[in-house]
Order: sequence, then C-alpha cells, then structure tokens
Amino acid sequence: MEQQKTITVALAGQPNTGKSTVFNVLTGLKQHVGNWPGKTVEQKTGSATYDGSTYRLVDLPGTYSLTANSPEELIARDFIIQEQPDVVVVVTDAAMLERNLYLVTELLPLSTPVIIALNMMDVAKQEGRPVDPRALEQATGIRVVPMVAAKNRGVKELLAVVHDFVHDGVEYAPDKPEVREDHRALLDDVQAQIAGSVPAPYPEDWVALKLLEGDKVVTEMMKENLDPARWAKVEGLLREYDDAQLAVAGGRYEWIERATRAAIERPKAGAITRTRRFDRIATHPVWGVFTMLGILIAAIVAAMAIGMPISMGIMNGISSLGSIVAPLLANAPAWISGLVIDGIIYGVGAVLAILAFLVIYFALFGLLEDIGYMARVAYVMDRAMRKIGLHGKSFLPLLMGFTCNIPAVMGTRVIETERARLKAVLLTPLVPCMAQTMMLTFFAPLFFGPGGATLVMVSLILGALAVMGLSGILLDRVVLPGERIGFIMELPLYHRPNFRTVGTYVWQRARQFLTRAGTVILAVAVGIWALSYLPNGDVETSILAAIGHALTPLGNLMGLNWRMLVALFTSFVSKEAALATMAVLLGAADTEAGLAIALQAAITPAAALGFLVTQMLFVPCLGTLGVIVEESRSWKWALAILAYLFVIAFALGILVYQVARLVM
Amino acid sequence: MAPLNSLETGEVGVVQALDGGRGFISRAAALGFTPGIEVAMVQNFRRGPLIVVVRDTHVALGRGEARKIQVGKLVDW
Repeated sequence: MEQQKTITVALAGQPNTGKSTVFNVLTGLKQHVGNWPGKTVEQKTGSATYDGSTYRLVDLPGTYSLTANSPEELIARDFIIQEQPDVVVVVTDAAMLERNLYLVTELLPLSTPVIIALNMMDVAKQEGRPVDPRALEQATGIRVVPMVAAKNRGVKELLAVVHDFVHDGVEYAPDKPEVREDHRALLDDVQAQIAGSVPAPYPEDWVALKLLEGDKVVTEMMKENLDPARWAKVEGLLREYDDAQLAVAGGRYEWIERATRAAIERPKAGAITRTRRFDRIATHPVWGVFTMLGILIAAIVAAMAIGMPISMGIMNGISSLGSIVAPLLANAPAWISGLVIDGIIYGVGAVLAILAFLVIYFALFGLLEDIGYMARVAYVMDRAMRKIGLHGKSFLPLLMGFTCNIPAVMGTRVIETERARLKAVLLTPLVPCMAQTMMLTFFAPLFFGPGGATLVMVSLILGALAVMGLSGILLDRVVLPGERIGFIMELPLYHRPNFRTVGTYVWQRARQFLTRAGTVILAVAVGIWALSYLPNGDVETSILAAIGHALTPLGNLMGLNWRMLVALFTSFVSKEAALATMAVLLGAADTEAGLAIALQAAITPAAALGFLVTQMLFVPCLGTLGVIVEESRSWKWALAILAYLFVIAFALGILVYQVARLVM
Repeated sequence: MAPLNSLETGEVGVVQALDGGRGFISRAAALGFTPGIEVAMVQNFRRGPLIVVVRDTHVALGRGEARKIQVGKLVDW
C-alpha cells in the first residue's frame, strides 16, 4: 500500500548551501520550473524514485529564516504548514553549519519532521572545520545525512534515509529550541492565552513564538481569532518586553550551540582562507571595481566572440532556408509564401539566433555565480545602485543590457527579493543595447561629421543612462516604494564550479525562453509581417503604412516623414530591423552607401538628432518584451513599460528636435 | 559600547544590542548577530560597506546598517 503513495519531500535551505545541486541530482531532468501561484518567485518541483516509491520533491525558496518579511519566506512556511509534506530536508553547508542551522530551528516547532542534509563536507574539511555527522545526530535527535552533492556523493543515501524514515515509522523526538530563559514565563503566558483559539493547521507553540517575534501575519491572524479581551491581554503581556525578538533568536542559537558543541572542530584562529585571499582584491573599494569590470567585460567579450558568429550563422542559415523554400511556394498564393518566409521562418530564425546568444551568456554568468563571485559584484556596486533605487545584485543585469536586453532581463532572476527583481526587470530595458548603439554609429557620422558624431554618441548613451537612473528613482519613490531591509548580505566562500549545476541552469533557462518568450516573439513577428503585408501585399499601402500616415502629425513634430516613423516602429520587432526597413521604405539601393545618401536626403540633422534620441529610448524590442512578460508574470508591467517608454521617447525626441532646429 | 563601524580592521567586538526595525533585526539575527556573539572586523575603509566575520560567516553590511549594531570591544572586557 505504502509503495503506491507519492511521498512529498520539501527541500529547504539557506542561500549558498548547494540546495539546487541536491535538487538537481535527485531529480535529474525530471523537474518542472514555474512560479508559485500568483507570485513572481520561482518554483521548482520534480520527482525521484527509490525502491518502488515515488517521491515528489518541492524546492522551497532559499531563505535565512521564516519570518513574514518577504514573499519567499511566506511561501516556504505556508507550504509546510498548509501542504504538510511528509518530510522537510534542510540542506546545510557543513562549513557554515552554525548559521545554516538557524533555519532548522525555525522549522522544528512546525509539525513536519526534519532531516538534515549535511552538504559540502569536502569544503568544511578543506577549511579546517570538519563536522561529525553522528555527533550532530546524537545531540539533536534529527537524522543527519552527510554528502558532497556537487560530486554526487551521499545524495542517494539521503533518499534511502527519507524512505526508511517514512516507511519504518522511526521514532522522531528531536530536541526543540526554547526561548531564552528570561522570556520563558512570557511564552508560557502567551501560549495559555491563545490556547484553543489557534486556527488549524497552525501549531499553537509555533504561533506563540511568532507572536513574541512580532510576526506581522501571525499577529493579524490571532487578533482576528481571539476575542478582544484575551487579545488585549496578549498585547499587554508583549508590551512589557521590548527584547522578545532577540530572546527568541537567542534561544535558537543556544540550541545551535548545544547541537554543534561536539560536532564541530574549532578551526585554528586567524587562519587565512582561500576566500579571504582573493577577496582582499575583489572587495577592495578601488581594486574591487577594476577586478569586477575586468572579469565582467572579459565574460561579455567572450560571449560576443562565441555568440555572434553562431547567431550570424543561424541568420544566414535562415536566409538560405528562405531561398530554398521560396521556389517551392512559387505556385502558392503570394500571401502564403510571404507568411511562411517573412513571418514564420524569420520569426523562428530570430528566436534561435537569440537563443544561441543566451545559452553562452547563461553558461558564463552561471559559472561566475556558481563559484560565488557574483556576491562580490553585488558588494562592490551596491552603493552606486542604491542611488537609483536598486541594489548591488541588480548591477549585473544592467551591465548585460549593454549588449542585449534579452539575457539581461532574464538574468534578473538571481535577485533575491520579488520587489527588487521587478524593479530590475523594469529598468533593464532602458539600457541601450548593442543594436541601438550600432544604429547610432551608422547614423551619427552622416549628419554630424566625425567630431560631432562622437559627441552625439557619447551624450546620447549617457543621456539614456540618466533617464534610466531617474526612472529608477521614480520607480523607487512613487511606483514601488516598500520596506527595505538595508544592505546586509552574506559573502559565501568561493568554491569550485559544478558543471552539472551550471548545465542544468542553462538548460532550464533555454527551455523557458523557447516556450514562453519564444512564442511571444514568433506571434508578434507574424503579426507585424501581416500588418506590413495586408491588404494587398505592398508595404506602401499596407496597414502598417496607414498607421504611419495616421501618425503624420507626430512625425511633423519631429521633422520625420511617415517612412522614418514606420522604420522607428519596426525597431520594435528588432532594433536591427529598423535599418533594414528604412532601406526598403526609402527605396534606397541595397548598399550602406545607398542608404546613407537616401537618409541624408530625407531628413535634416536636427530631425536626425531627434530621431536618434527617440530611437535610443524607444520601446523594448520583441524579444525583450517577451522576457519582460515572462519575468514579471504579467502583461500589465510590460504594457506599462511600453507606454512609459513610448511617451518618454517621443517627448524627448520632439523636445530635442525643436530645440536643435532653432540652434542648428 | 560603540557602533560596529567603529571597529578597525582586525579588531574583535562582542555584540551588545541591535537597534532598528523588525525586518532588520530578523535578518541580522538570522545571519548570526545576537547579543553576546563575537564579531571580527575584516575590512573597514572608513567609507563604503564593511565586511565582518560572525559565526564563521563573512557578512557585508552598509555603514548605516553597521551603525545599528552596538558592540563592546573585546579589549574592554
């Protein structure tokens, strides 16, 4: 009977404990990545089998504790309390055991049995701090499974232990943490007051503890569930003690002290670790910045060097495919061949070309994250980022945005909190990507001469960044204000990269891109093709042109004719497409020189300046839009950004044109 | 008693008290900052964030946050 039931195992752990590695090893590729219902926090579930039983594994968000202060912590604790998994496995880093056990102390008062996975045993030994798993087990009454998940050692044993635990009804009577001595009476009193009124399935002793901690959610819940007289009594009791939060934390650490006394060997005092040696430079206020720029730029250059040829190769392959398919469709109605070649094949080609890039990006940056270097980047950039309403970890996606916004927006996933992640997702598209800068390098010299061109280019890029900075401040103060915990973060030890972890990560991101963002891109590419084709196959009389004509008043404000406007709008499909469209619409000869001449004839320098400003700030390209929808889990934010950028781009473009007209 | 950011590189202090909102105190406590625990200053350049070691973990803090942690220097004991 037991063999048929699916056993649910929750996987918990603080950040940087190798929890994802454990999850990946347990589930292989049998995992599903999505989001927790209604949230933008990532959810991973998977399955594993052992000895005839099926295990459903749920990867809870990595959290330091289970307070009500962040959506990640609420998700983790609500899952355990409401869904009541059979077991929760807490992954710990043996070299960081004292601190990692804090999460275990938060979980023990809940009714789900805890098993400790003692990971990174090798690192602990290397750092001169080996841990004795048996001693830990003896002291706590909790099953402890030592492992080195990165080398696939000990993970199967974990499943075996879970299996035995669930099936053999082993006795589970762990030592539970108590509150610090000077608050024990308070805890007893509070618990007495709430007895019988705690809604299921919340454990009473856990609720009492949370009330002492001042937990927002639990406080609200008990206020509703207790009659006013008793609630007033509870409030009265709590008011007398202003240190309760630290008393609870203190009690937890006392438990940890008891648990680890016999299990951990004290290290030699003052031992300089490998981590500290590298960090002397990596976190130095001056050298740290240079090191970081060096490493990140090297990574970006490597990504471009490998990615561009592959992308170009794919695009060429697509053109060839188009040429092969064209004669086959010669007898079909024109619209079908147009749809297939210019819509579908082009769309699919664009998605694949982007994907090639993304895979390389994610591999490189996933590697840097895995060895622990990214925390140093966040540390070095934190002060600068806070000035625009973001924080250190958001720097990396912004930097990536200079080459391409698509992987940059996808890269915001590493940011720990939901609010900070959303902010980064919304601001990254404001960073001018390479396609936009290339447009700039093509245009500027045509109208402003070599010296003027450089000035224009630099000012436009800095200007775009200024708009991003100001938008960040606006976003922070007006649109998404919220409690900030302030800058306090762990700097994990460096460790050797685990290629399986990085590989799984790249695979998941690629798959997500293809299924979600990819379909958006394809759909819109076909849509735009349709607009430029209908109703009679000639772009000059198409719906797209009609839209362009309708916007002539706008164009006049900017000194642009409808063709330039349409070209601007096609930069929505891809920034690269804008140049191609311009060539077509202006009837230019099929060469760069031809386009250059046609452009110079079409608009004045002042209009060119306005056009460039608008182009730099214009709405994100299709691909970016697709990932924004994906990462923010809603069309609402994507459309908001679209509207915001549309307005800003044109407002500033018009302003610059009108002023330039007077000056030039 | 003095704020954490007054510790020089290489000095060790013992946490006495934590000021600040609930959110900060929870996060600080979860990372290991509780009264009675030793904190070693690893990097303090007078400006910019600091790095300390607490309960065997390297933790980086902003100066504003460090100001909320009161420590007593070990030598005072």
